[in-house]
Amino acid sequence: MTAAAVAQAPTISVSGRLSTFFYLRPRLLLLLLLVPPLLWLGVVYLGSLFALLLQSFFHIDDFTGQIVHEFTLQTLGELFTPAHLSVTWRTFMMAALVTFACAIIGFPIAYYMAKFAGTRTKALFYVGVMLPLWSSYLVRVYAWKLLLAKEGVITWVFEELHLSWLLDGLLSISVIGGPSLSTSYIGTFIVFVYIWLPFMILPIEAALERVPKSMIEASADLGARPRETFWRVLLPLAIPGVAAGSIFTFSLTLGDYILPSIIGNSAPFIGMVVLSYQGTAGNIPLAAAFTVVPIVIMAIYLTLAKRVGAFDAL
Amino acid sequence: MRSRASLRAGTGAGWGLTAAAIGGLLFLHLPLAFIVLYAFSTDEKSFSFPLPGLTTHWFGVVLDRPDIWAAMWLSVKVAAVATVTAMVLGTLAAAAMYRQKFFGHEVITLLILLPIALPGIVTGISLRSAFNLADMPFSYFTIVLGHATFCIVVVYNNVVARFRRSSPSMIEASMDLGANSFQTFRHIVLPNIATALLAGGMLAFALSFDEIIVTTFTAGQQETLPIWMLRELVRPRQRPVTNVVAVFVIAVTFIPILAAYYLTRDTHDVAGSGK
Repeated sequence: MTAAAVAQAPTISVSGRLSTFFYLRPRLLLLLLLVPPLLWLGVVYLGSLFALLLQSFFHIDDFTGQIVHEFTLQTLGELFTPAHLSVTWRTFMMAALVTFACAIIGFPIAYYMAKFAGTRTKALFYVGVMLPLWSSYLVRVYAWKLLLAKEGVITWVFEELHLSWLLDGLLSISVIGGPSLSTSYIGTFIVFVYIWLPFMILPIEAALERVPKSMIEASADLGARPRETFWRVLLPLAIPGVAAGSIFTFSLTLGDYILPSIIGNSAPFIGMVVLSYQGTAGNIPLAAAFTVVPIVIMAIYLTLAKRVGAFDAL
Repeated sequence: MRSRASLRAGTGAGWGLTAAAIGGLLFLHLPLAFIVLYAFSTDEKSFSFPLPGLTTHWFGVVLDRPDIWAAMWLSVKVAAVATVTAMVLGTLAAAAMYRQKFFGHEVITLLILLPIALPGIVTGISLRSAFNLADMPFSYFTIVLGHATFCIVVVYNNVVARFRRSSPSMIEASMDLGANSFQTFRHIVLPNIATALLAGGMLAFALSFDEIIVTTFTAGQQETLPIWMLRELVRPRQRPVTNVVAVFVIAVTFIPILAAYYLTRDTHDVAGSGK
């Protein structure tokens, strides 16, 4: 804007002039819009993340218990001790099994919602899936503590159905069993599946929703039976949705430390180890090193998920 | 909704699929129903079922407990401030990101998503160690800082979806008719994104109100309601009181989520379809 132009329009208010100023400089406006959120995320979030990762290169002096601020790979190397590897393996396996189970249980729900439910039923399902997704994580874990307790509802149901032998049989299986459901891997697994299931349903539903009706009709016109259409048209197109959902179920299971410490046989998961190293043990470098494990696993997972198109289905 | 006709030649969903879907929905909600039921139990020592008797006594007990009220009030304050902060920052980010492609666009998208893409414990422990390094005492303020960080993306997702669907010609028309940028923002942009913004805020509030994973790391002596509950879960001392508090938490978080849904259900970008 030249000086002459300003002079010609002396009646324009301050806000008007400011408005013109920014209109002519869209880059500056963009910068001003981005600075506050980026400053927050960059400083508060990324800053802390780097500060933490940096600490994984320090180590604890065995005698004084003080953090030694020297570059070393010793702490990261400690991740490969058998005890730590077994924690990583246990957490990884749980995350994988939970993700698999969520996909199996979630798919029919999503499929029904997207392709069969009427408008009202669909709304009901939608709200029904959304409510547990957004709320009451702790309350929902607590609910299972009630249900799975030895004197609780599940035991009662098995008794009423005269199936106590089945429950006892399940619990007597070594490794995954235990004295009661709420103190066994079976319990941890069930509750993980319950807690993260909504995160799987909604992306699958969205992916199925996007499959155009004409494509299904074309498949039928070309002579495919409904079953064939499902396996060869619908399911492949739903895979990106499954992958997107699995990012959540996998990542959330990987990092959870509250659920396995409330329900399960108190075998440590990654999150619980991180918590105890940073808390009671005061070994921040090792805790920091252990957070690298889920970050690396998630980085690999996200790369794989991106290949099957999960990011377009998010 | 006639897509079923084309898929299964008029038969609709098979009974197996219908049963699986309804069973899945029940699986998601029955445990919550039991929480509500247990809040009325007369059993103080265990979780025995069938319940030995029903009483409303424990609701009264909870209402008289100052520590629970204090925790509840702290949670509300944290959630409110974190939500407002996230609404401002999330909207700014969405306004900058929705139309233009610029250098670093993808990196910024990743940065906004990162707090929920990485496990909560990573966010929690990094904030904690940063506060330690900066010699910041743990307080109400540090809890808000943590909550706002993961709430930004919730607001951002909702608002950016609405921005993408709103037509830029409306803004151009407003400018052509003589409105300046501020007037256009006030009278065109804001009403257009209002419901999405509000819905995002509601979801952020619900998320923050019962957040526990990041909070355990960023709280010092302060006790939010989830922290109070976690303590009871690890060392159960007053089970009937915990049952009633659980019902309160369900109520306080369900209301804003339902509101968010009803605010946006007639649009294409229904709030809450993804975290």
